[in-house]
Amino acid sequence: MYELTNLTKTYETKRGTVSALNNVSLSIPTGQMVAIQGPTGGGKSTLLQMLGALERPTSGSVVLRDNLLSEMPDARLADIRARTIGFVFQDFNLIPTLTAQENVETALAPLGLSREERTRRATEALDTVGLSERLTHHPAELSGGQQQRVAIARALVKEPSALLADEPTGNLDEQTRDEIMDLLEGLWRDQGLTLIIVTHDSAVAKRAERRLHLKHGSVSEKK
Amino acid sequence: MFGTYLYRELSNRRKQTTIIAAGMALAIALVMIVSGVAAGVRDAQASVLASIYGVGSDITVTQEPEQLVEGEPGQQQPRFQFGADDGAATDGTTELAQSRLTSGAGSTTFDADALSTAAGLDNVAAATATLSLNNVSFTGEIPTRGAAEPGAAAGAEPGTEQAAPGGPDGAGGSAFSVETFTVTGIDVAGESVGPLTSVELVDGRIFETSDSNSNVVILDSGYAATSALSVGDTVEIGGEDFDIIGTVTSTSSEATTASNTYISLDTAQRVSGLDGQISTIYVQAASSTEIASVQASLQSSLPDASVKTQEDLASSVSGSLSTASDLVGKLGTWLSVIVLAAAFLISVLLTTSGVARRTREFGTLKAIGWSNGAVVRQVAGESLVQGAIGGVMGVVAGLLGILAINLVAPVLSASAATTEAVGPGAGRGPGGGRFGDAASTAAATTDIALQIPVTFGIIGVAVALAILGGLIAGAFGGWRAAKLRPAEALRSVA
Repeated sequence: MYELTNLTKTYETKRGTVSALNNVSLSIPTGQMVAIQGPTGGGKSTLLQMLGALERPTSGSVVLRDNLLSEMPDARLADIRARTIGFVFQDFNLIPTLTAQENVETALAPLGLSREERTRRATEALDTVGLSERLTHHPAELSGGQQQRVAIARALVKEPSALLADEPTGNLDEQTRDEIMDLLEGLWRDQGLTLIIVTHDSAVAKRAERRLHLKHGSVSEKK
Repeated sequence: MFGTYLYRELSNRRKQTTIIAAGMALAIALVMIVSGVAAGVRDAQASVLASIYGVGSDITVTQEPEQLVEGEPGQQQPRFQFGADDGAATDGTTELAQSRLTSGAGSTTFDADALSTAAGLDNVAAATATLSLNNVSFTGEIPTRGAAEPGAAAGAEPGTEQAAPGGPDGAGGSAFSVETFTVTGIDVAGESVGPLTSVELVDGRIFETSDSNSNVVILDSGYAATSALSVGDTVEIGGEDFDIIGTVTSTSSEATTASNTYISLDTAQRVSGLDGQISTIYVQAASSTEIASVQASLQSSLPDASVKTQEDLASSVSGSLSTASDLVGKLGTWLSVIVLAAAFLISVLLTTSGVARRTREFGTLKAIGWSNGAVVRQVAGESLVQGAIGGVMGVVAGLLGILAINLVAPVLSASAATTEAVGPGAGRGPGGGRFGDAASTAAATTDIALQIPVTFGIIGVAVALAILGGLIAGAFGGWRAAKLRPAEALRSVA
């Protein structure tokens, strides 16, 4: 699924050059559930952005299903994100002015589907995450767990092959965290997704098939 | 998705939408009103010029008057002379009346051959001449010579009421009045240019070719009303009786016609003693593109004449209409530009700050696959619709403002510059105004109610400006949104 080779990412700041990733090489097979842990500032989010085609490496390469992401133009990367990669964020990142159904539909907008098709698929996705009764609710009218379910529906409605989750349970209580993880794990199993989760929470990380530890920009396998 | 998202954003961010739309509306309304007033003032100027110079005249030819020297008497000053046996004596007073027709004090006439010269030039479609005159009527009573002397009353028949001691003023003096009105002699053949082209018939009939050299007159309806004259009555002009055959009014309902009375040119020349003389030639060019060349030809052929186009004449309009024109042209335009710029700036600032506030939102959209173009379209679309809402509000507000002005219909006075001499002491006798002064002023001054025309052009400009404002704001906002890199936009989240 993913092939990362000698991946390095540095940022220029006023204080000098900051190295976020140092010569990371990594292979993630299709359908694997991976948890990435590590201290704050260790490079977890940067790595996730590389995997999600949101950021280009300073050097090295990222290959996703034979697509060399590090060399692609912006428009092609946007297309890859629209069709292949789903994102789930810690703060849900729902658009406050749109309803739950409309938020889910935003992920289908780049695909050029008809309005009816978008509505049908968004409704199905919300039904899958248990929110069929909340289609017309705005984010402010939903609990944190429900908002994250909407975000998961938005990530999955386009049927991506990879789901990238950045601290998906970071803002949730334990019970809701477990519900969300149950949902993600179930979808991973049912849909054959490649699921990559960045988390501080060991309880979440323990559910993964594979655990990576990222510190000072270097990755290591965690048993 | 575009429409749904746009609708949700605008309806849920009402405060920002309202501020942008209201600012745009204010600017658009102001632009509409200023543009409308400018058009109204232009129409008023054209109306004033039409009432004075007629419709269809591209060029007028007059003779510049000679500057008068201080201390010298003005030319053609009306002078009334009465013989010893003039007037009807009754009851110790003698009634005197005399009417004289003269060219306006200080105005200049010139040879009518100039009309033939003008008409014979290339690219002249039509030409006609007029003779502008003032009729001054003297009526008065003076003590009959000898009536006030002792013994004069001794011969009175018994029972006849004796004349009161003294004269008509009760103190041995005299009482008299002077009335003036303007008279324009025109070619009755019915040329397509000239003063009567801008009038419409109210009563009676207009001139016919057979009226040449006849004592018939057409009155301005306003003058007829104030003088209690109507078709069928007679009026004395230059000591001769004229039959009133018609009354006319200006085609512009707000303006008076160029003259109080109109008679045939031949008659005017004969009664005034100005045979073969004219005061103005009205020329119509074959096309609007030929006006300049015709003007040059006229000036070359008639070197002593003053040759002016309508454009030249427009600049000669003065009075509150001119003040309004200046006000609209300077203050109004700058005010519109400033308000419009402020509205655009507010719109741009609010849009770009909105993009900054929605950084995470746009970052998320890019992360889930929205292209830069899609995000820019969304931002620009929102700005465009906000501008359009402001435009619609502005058009409504502008129309209401124009309606209010039209209901109030402020009256502006306008004076067209005449060729009257303005030299020191010109024509003024000691201790009093010159006969004909009032008449010559009345002929060139008119009051006109300002009416703002509402045209599709003005509305189109307003809508275009609103769309332009939306596009400018959208361009800035879109540029800001396009610059957002998804990773940076989301970094605060991760």
